[in-house]
Amino acid sequence: MVMSKNKLQKTVAVVGTDAVAEAMRQINPDVVAAYPITPQTAIVETFAQMVADGQVHTHYVPVESEHSAMSAAIGAAAAGARVMTATASQGLALMWELLYIASGLRLPIIMPNVNRALSAPINIHCDHGDSMGARDSGWIQLFSENAQEAYDNTLQAVRIAEHKDVLLPVMVLLDGFIISHAVDRMELLDDATAKQFVGTYKPDVSLLDAARPVTYGAFDGLYGYYFEFKRQQEEAMRRALEVIREVGREFGAISGRPYGLFESVGLEDAEFVIVALGSAAGTIRSEVECLRDNGMPIGMIKLRVFRPFPAAELVAALAGKKAVAVFDRSDTFAGNMGGPVFIELRSALYETAEKPIMVNYIYGLGGRDLSVDLVNKACNELAWIAQSGQVKQRVNYLGLKE
Amino acid sequence: MSKNTLDITDIKNWDWRKHPRGAVIQEPGTAKQFKTGGWRSARPLWDKGKCTQCLLCFMFCPDSAIKTKDEKIASFDYDFCKGCGICAYECPRDAITMVDEAEARRRDEIKEGGA
Repeated sequence: MVMSKNKLQKTVAVVGTDAVAEAMRQINPDVVAAYPITPQTAIVETFAQMVADGQVHTHYVPVESEHSAMSAAIGAAAAGARVMTATASQGLALMWELLYIASGLRLPIIMPNVNRALSAPINIHCDHGDSMGARDSGWIQLFSENAQEAYDNTLQAVRIAEHKDVLLPVMVLLDGFIISHAVDRMELLDDATAKQFVGTYKPDVSLLDAARPVTYGAFDGLYGYYFEFKRQQEEAMRRALEVIREVGREFGAISGRPYGLFESVGLEDAEFVIVALGSAAGTIRSEVECLRDNGMPIGMIKLRVFRPFPAAELVAALAGKKAVAVFDRSDTFAGNMGGPVFIELRSALYETAEKPIMVNYIYGLGGRDLSVDLVNKACNELAWIAQSGQVKQRVNYLGLKE
Repeated sequence: MSKNTLDITDIKNWDWRKHPRGAVIQEPGTAKQFKTGGWRSARPLWDKGKCTQCLLCFMFCPDSAIKTKDEKIASFDYDFCKGCGICAYECPRDAITMVDEAEARRRDEIKEGGA
């Protein structure tokens, strides 16, 4: 049994949605505006109960749609409140235009998104198509492997979003059902430590400050400075990398669970590496460690931060590797270009002198199970690719009936 | 109105770093520095002789571009008039006529050239 460094931490067995609701209780946001959608529902349902029971001082706005949820969140955040919402899949899609407004106005809204496939055909199970579609919306995106990470990421998201060098909204991603509805063993920080860690939010301007009136969302003029504001957003995203690391270190000091941009297995001697994000990392790690015990020079990287994309750090970590297989739980439908993580990592590696051979495994769409056998198949193919230097198929569909 | 602390007269040449985060306008009254009269394609011309000083144009102007003095129309502020024509439409005495802006500018230039 792993003992926590912090004796005040409580070990519990909870589903992922409860883990996130518990983080929200400890954050005690000023405003939560949310609309229920499977598999996010239990987060806002549990949190609404906490509001009703007086466990938090949050003003809870039960809105009529996700479009309204994000609109209300934006209004409240512009007023200077610490704001949270949560959604999934179609709900995130319905928020679309507001996602860009939240990031464009530089409002540090925190939003857990329980990853679920987008219709059609309608499907309630996990894939990353929903949040990957929002990858260019200017939101920071933190992926979680399990309930513990969903909880930890939610707490850290507050600090990252509200950091003066960042001031961007943050999406905390957790896999639908696999994390949200499965009971996981995890550790909760005690309320005082969590509260101290998230601190209080002090916005530098507020719509409700009558002594200093400001305007949010004004027309940017016919001369147009839109370009300049977009460049500022990009700059904040670049600065976020260091802030995410800094917050991850600080979180490690209070919890015994330090966080970086990604974590790895066996990179020191691996000749080929699997890169994945989300809950699949657990299955992959288990198989990779088993194969390493049997002498296969394989390693893995679990990507935690997808936005901003830690390109330089990944390139450094993969230097000298013979082959890299990227696991994507979504497709880009770009015509055999592969999934989003594959495309971006491949692009990041373009400048390196000794490029690894790269292959893509798209898996788990619509909740299709990623079994250990499937991971094993991909690992063995990767071993063959690294050894032979040949790629039979660049983009592969793992677990597809064919 | 207090004077703005943020001088935006040179905003066209600002480096991207200088703009306030999130395009938030940090204080009220900055619109006064942002002259919108250049958008105009039609110019209202005021005939003082026909005007009965009913002040309807002053009340309807959406840009506060009609200036008054001692409760009477004093002038049209072409730095902010966008040429919407509401004043001419509302005027009960047809004392305001909308003319083509480009045409009016050419005439102004001729006048200035001749002076």
